[in-house]
Amino acid sequence: MFAEFGYGILVVSFLVAMYSLIAAVYGAIEKSAAMVESSRRAMLLTFPLLSLSAAALVYLLVNNHFEVAFVYEVTSRSMPTYLKVTAWWGGQAGSLLFWAWLLAAFTSAVTIRKWERDIEFLPWVIVVNSITLLFFLGMVVFYENPFTRFWLVGGSVEPHMFAPLNATLFAAPDGNGLNPLLRHPGMVIHPPMLYLGFVAYVIPYSFAMAALITGRTDDRWIRLTRRWSLWAWLFLSFGLVLGGRWAYDVLGWGGYWGWDPVEIAAFMPWLTGTAFLHSVMIQEKRGLFKHWNMILVILTYSLVIFGTFLTRSGVLSSVHAFANSPIGPFFMAFVSLTLVVSIALVIWRWPILQGETEMNSMLSREALFLLNNLLFMSVLVVCFWGVVSPLASELFTNQKVTLGPPFYERATAPIFAALMFLMGVAPLSAWGHSTIQTLGRAIWKSALAALVLTVILFITYTQNYIALIGFFLIALVLLVTLQEFWRAARARQRAQSENFFTALTRLMGRNRRRYGGYIIHISMMLMAIGILGIEIFQTETQGALAQGEQLNIEGYTVEYRELASWPDEGEGVNYTRAVVDVYENGIYLGELTPRIDYYFDSQQNMTIPGNRSTLKDDLYVLLVDWEPVSNAGATFKIYVNPLVNWMWIGSLLFFIGVIFAAWPDRDPAEEPVRAARKAHQSSAAD
Amino acid sequence: MRKFLFILALLFLLGSPFTTTAFAQNNVPTDDEVNAIAHKLYCPVCESTPLDVCPTQACKEWRELIRSMLAEGKTEEEITRHFVDQYGARVLAEPPKEGFFWLIYLLPPAIILLGAVVLFRSLKEWTKPKTASSALDGNRSELSVKKDDYVSRFEEELKKQK
Repeated sequence: MFAEFGYGILVVSFLVAMYSLIAAVYGAIEKSAAMVESSRRAMLLTFPLLSLSAAALVYLLVNNHFEVAFVYEVTSRSMPTYLKVTAWWGGQAGSLLFWAWLLAAFTSAVTIRKWERDIEFLPWVIVVNSITLLFFLGMVVFYENPFTRFWLVGGSVEPHMFAPLNATLFAAPDGNGLNPLLRHPGMVIHPPMLYLGFVAYVIPYSFAMAALITGRTDDRWIRLTRRWSLWAWLFLSFGLVLGGRWAYDVLGWGGYWGWDPVEIAAFMPWLTGTAFLHSVMIQEKRGLFKHWNMILVILTYSLVIFGTFLTRSGVLSSVHAFANSPIGPFFMAFVSLTLVVSIALVIWRWPILQGETEMNSMLSREALFLLNNLLFMSVLVVCFWGVVSPLASELFTNQKVTLGPPFYERATAPIFAALMFLMGVAPLSAWGHSTIQTLGRAIWKSALAALVLTVILFITYTQNYIALIGFFLIALVLLVTLQEFWRAARARQRAQSENFFTALTRLMGRNRRRYGGYIIHISMMLMAIGILGIEIFQTETQGALAQGEQLNIEGYTVEYRELASWPDEGEGVNYTRAVVDVYENGIYLGELTPRIDYYFDSQQNMTIPGNRSTLKDDLYVLLVDWEPVSNAGATFKIYVNPLVNWMWIGSLLFFIGVIFAAWPDRDPAEEPVRAARKAHQSSAAD
Repeated sequence: MRKFLFILALLFLLGSPFTTTAFAQNNVPTDDEVNAIAHKLYCPVCESTPLDVCPTQACKEWRELIRSMLAEGKTEEEITRHFVDQYGARVLAEPPKEGFFWLIYLLPPAIILLGAVVLFRSLKEWTKPKTASSALDGNRSELSVKKDDYVSRFEEELKKQK
């Protein structure tokens, strides 16, 4: 009943989105406001419709309807209700529906706004969004239907949406259950965050396409979607960080980022999105690089679809799996088609997208921003090629290859270093014109202080030259950025006769984007401290210990005390937990309890580390193996991850920075109007 | 006595290779020695997970194989070659620098270099001072600036009227 209802609503949503597309195209070409309005209302209808369909799916998931194939694949009776709800995006078909539902929500939010000044954009924004929505709805309606049920046909069980001839509905007594690795709180919210980021990027793209089609070459589309881009970026970043934290907490390999193609799939749109955030400022301030911004937003959109394709089509495990996957070729065709059409539109509009002014100096802020874009694109090239070349190798040489962290680290480290250097220099350069002399005067104090700090680190902490270069750059960026806060607040303090903190808060409040950006730069440097720490200074050891025996590493002593193993039938898990005592230079610090959770239904282990985290380092202890009967001996793997906590502290500051920059404030242009209207109303009341 | 000591020393010297061999055979490689090699290898099943941290049974067996090969006195290179011969180049963290695989290493820097060249040429072009021959272009851009000023003023007026 609920399955038919959910599927029926999906089909209706598909038809409504199709109508919305046709009406929008017709309305735009025939200049029919009524048709455009009709298409807008149809688009608004897709969100409640898809919400109903999603509600039907969640109902089936929560109530153990194992006759539905998707429910059977991702839930089991032992799973708590909240996990059954979140299993919605835990499998292929559900996650595609989730994508479509989010897109319908965002498109509705966009179409609901007042369009007075930008009414010519409206039909084309609807067209682009409805094409994307139709693509995803098409996937779930025709190929990856989350409501498909099991039928008993002549002794065998087959998945079909509707009953085949002489078939009876078949419900398994229990489901497969969600992959235990995905049962972590971080993993519960990680995919929706990534998807929020992915889907939100469709909105700026749709406005960019609308601007190209209508030939409106001003930066209105950028201003209209500025906050969308920023929120999309925030969600995508949040998704990436949560994914990292999840890996650190449950994957048990002592790190948070393994340059896995699935991670890179989410990282690539982040790279172009970050380049775009910087590059749009040039268009807003100077009216330059209109072509480039278009290309960046198109690339971001394509990479969003490509990222979903990479993770959803099975292409990563093998190009042949991709060819056999029902949705893989369609994804590929959609990515290629939208990319080609979008680029064709840019080429068509090339002449009217010329810059409004000229570049004056190679060291101006706009030139440095462009250099920043080149560097982000360079990381993208490495990542894209790193993901694609193993597929190309399999396709052309029939030989699979692995591209592991060494490849990416070697290729991207110098680019990231250059980006950090730019982060230090660019805030000091001026729009329009800068010279070596002006930049040198602005930077020398910070550079000297950073150098002194580096020398101190050389004497007291490390002689590793890569680490020292990294720490120098981090110190440089931090000092330059803090100096910017200081300089501007002092200037305001003098001019307005305010105290320093009032001056600072007002200054930041008046220019949220700039100071939000600076907070983000500081947060990035804190994260860089964590990355340098774990990449360069991580140490590890492993050993089998009898009770009372010890392993030593970096001044720490880990002593094996005891081990216990017990099943939790209700949860479907067997816990094996060791207790170890930790000492640092002979002083007792406390106990850690690394454990391994074995999930009966999926026969899978989950390795949960015992972690002692400080600002100096993390002592990360893993239980690797144990003697099953006596528990007398156990094998432990221990990592010391210096400075890694700064990664998470930096992430928190990062979110504060983005929210600060994206926080809605009143459009200053509207204030006088609003004040005038209020004055008029009060005089009328008198 | 001196003769006795001499014979003893001789016996010790002759015997030392055997005692060392015997010691090597008893000396089981440590987990850290195994992991140092396993960290650079990937099994064909567990994609993107280095062998030293992979929790599956198959990877555990591979690690034990590394341990026994180390115990036999094999070098890291020999062990790596054994796995490559058995399972192909995909067990390595990076493909060998040969044949088609060169493309994997050379293409990204080539594209980045090309991007850099295009960017710097464009920057130079954009920041070049105007010459007499491009006076026409200058006029055109002046016109467009004027026009844009007009448009932005017009927009401002519209904004105020709203």
